[in-house]
Amino acid sequence: MDFTYDDEQKALRDAVRGLANKAYAEFENRRKATADAPGFDEAQWVRLAEMGVLGLPFSEDDGGVGAGPVEIGLVCQELGRVLAPEPFLASVVHAGGLVSAAGSPEQRADLLGRLAAGEIVLAAADTSPGGRWSAAAEGVTAAQDGDNWTVTGVRDPVPNGARADHIVVSASLPDGGTGLFVIDGESVSRTDYAVFDGSRAACVQLSGTAAVPLGEPGRDLTATIATISDITRIMGANQALGVMQAQVAATNDYLRTRKQFGVTLNTFQALTFRAADMYVSLELTHSLVDWATMVIAAGTREDIADAADRVGLQVARASRHIGQEAIQLHGGIAMTAEYSVGVGTAHLDVLGQWLGGAQHHLTRLADRVADHDEVEALT
Amino acid sequence: MQLELSAQDAAFRDEMRTFFTTEFPQDIRDAVLQGRHLTHDQIVSSQRVLNAAGLAVPHWPEEWGGKGWSDLQRHLWHEEMQRAGVPTPLAFNASMIGPVLAQFGSQEQKERFLPKTANLDIWWSQGFSEPDAGSDLASLRTAAVRDGDDWIVNGQKTWTTLGQYGDWIFTLVRTDPDAKQQAGISMLLIDMSLDGVEVRPIEMIDGGHEVNEVWFSDVRVPGDLMVGELNSGWTIAKFLLGNERVGVAPVGATKRALATLKASAADLLDDPLTRARVAELENELLALELTALRVVAHSAGGEPHPASSVLKLQGTELQQAVSELALDLAGPGALASGADDDSPVPGWARLSAPTYLNLRKASIYGGSNEIQRQIIARTILGL
Repeated sequence: MDFTYDDEQKALRDAVRGLANKAYAEFENRRKATADAPGFDEAQWVRLAEMGVLGLPFSEDDGGVGAGPVEIGLVCQELGRVLAPEPFLASVVHAGGLVSAAGSPEQRADLLGRLAAGEIVLAAADTSPGGRWSAAAEGVTAAQDGDNWTVTGVRDPVPNGARADHIVVSASLPDGGTGLFVIDGESVSRTDYAVFDGSRAACVQLSGTAAVPLGEPGRDLTATIATISDITRIMGANQALGVMQAQVAATNDYLRTRKQFGVTLNTFQALTFRAADMYVSLELTHSLVDWATMVIAAGTREDIADAADRVGLQVARASRHIGQEAIQLHGGIAMTAEYSVGVGTAHLDVLGQWLGGAQHHLTRLADRVADHDEVEALT
Repeated sequence: MQLELSAQDAAFRDEMRTFFTTEFPQDIRDAVLQGRHLTHDQIVSSQRVLNAAGLAVPHWPEEWGGKGWSDLQRHLWHEEMQRAGVPTPLAFNASMIGPVLAQFGSQEQKERFLPKTANLDIWWSQGFSEPDAGSDLASLRTAAVRDGDDWIVNGQKTWTTLGQYGDWIFTLVRTDPDAKQQAGISMLLIDMSLDGVEVRPIEMIDGGHEVNEVWFSDVRVPGDLMVGELNSGWTIAKFLLGNERVGVAPVGATKRALATLKASAADLLDDPLTRARVAELENELLALELTALRVVAHSAGGEPHPASSVLKLQGTELQQAVSELALDLAGPGALASGADDDSPVPGWARLSAPTYLNLRKASIYGGSNEIQRQIIARTILGL
């Protein structure tokens, strides 16, 4: 049992932190990058590729680095700290994860190779209007005509859906189950819009759209989709942890320096006790995030699903606690779009709504509560 | 980063689990697991079983019965005891005065007291708090005045847990009334059978007799029973209270209490709201346990991990929350707190209200949770 990074992991963290800080330590740069579509800085996307970050999760045969979940998690944390808008989580972890898990060797080498090189952006389209975190496809159906497949339905919201060069769509198969299909981004009707944290999503309309099955045609991939979603949730938890670490640090700095009534705010115990409670939330969350990240490497599909629910619940609770208190303890300045703290709270809410919030995870955990005596932390 | 225990630590954990679940007296474990109060004799015999196996004071220096374990091994030992329903060694002996004497005591004091302290041949009480010195411990007023080689002690201590069983009491006394508050305090070891020592019970809201007032009236204490230097009591107290906070988050015991409640109130788990409350508590306990492991893993040989203050704060709040859930699930049956074992109301429900009321203490003792927030804000966050 070990909760520390090794030297290589520390070097990766420092390198990513350096790149992220150079781009976005000045929060105004993030505002500029998110002012218009595609909602991020294309040049920074290429710089992340050059550092090897975009190929981190993929095997070397597929043009990647073959790094483990701890490395991917620490990248998510570092990008979260500065609210980097580049779609590492949506494009590399989620969409790339689906290709990596389900694609044929040729598909993986092509799509993941270009993704790792920063040449393309992928999007995953698994949610239809009214959908709520279902691995089984709802709202999109696949049809087969000989070797040709088409998909029909609406996917919305699709994070980075309008910018994506290729979109990985889940769809109901003619013989039951859920398949994954790759479509060309240019081939569909897409309506781009801004999300409340400055990122972009799209409504994607599919009507008999030509689609290439990912991997073996007609195979039910529901379990694979569920696992990749769970891994994305755990990586989203890493990203949220980075956001919250930055919010707690910013709040403490503010309490030490902001003066009212002729004294700094840390003079008031009513405020410092609330800062202490934020720190408690942060440390408890940090522990569960590290644990869930390690479960990805050590656990079964069921273990990963359980870890995703557990870290999802904790992160959702902490996101609300820390995100709300960070704004309150700052006061009006954190209500403005020009200050990172309030935008960070918006980003935490984007992660929660996209990947599943407290009620979703708690419902699933509550269903299983009679299945065990105690919850075991160590295997 | 790695989740699995090393083969060595896993074997250690299995060894502990096997001993606690197969070689420890079952009747005492049952009493703990059912949340019943232990008798004096059960506490004493429990510690003697552990001591005979070398498991009562593994954290002491090896010369005095310690085992030289790693922090992680100590953590596993502590957790496995709680998981099995084995009472942890009496804190006043094993966690408080034992380490203090080993660190600050004279050779004569060590030889005279440490073996008997480990074996609970001497039952120690803690004489720190006073009616006007709670969180502000340094304002204590119990005074010791020099008379030849002896000290004459007068004053009152309070909240003395299980003082009715105490043979000796380690006591903070003011030895220099003119010095700055912290500078004029010393620690004396006082035989509670001496003339002038009086223990008066305090009746508590749970109906139990757990704590006491201890009065000192012209008690004559030999000079060789001062621990450490004259007027060094505050340093010793800080050392002792630092140790107190380490074991004060009973993660394993709270997990066990929740698992026992789930089994006892299995019918009530049909209610989705009840299931949600249990699931939420289980998740918070997992986060706490993992935080304890992080602290242990990072503390080795160096400064305590800053997150250690989180443990007391969150550990006691979860301990209280589980007892609150038990009370809620007991329903009207909770009123049968004074009924005996012939009652048709199950034991867990009859005990739920006294336990809930009793555990309100947890966020007050060991440095109140407001003091913990103060420590976090000042020393960790620099506020």
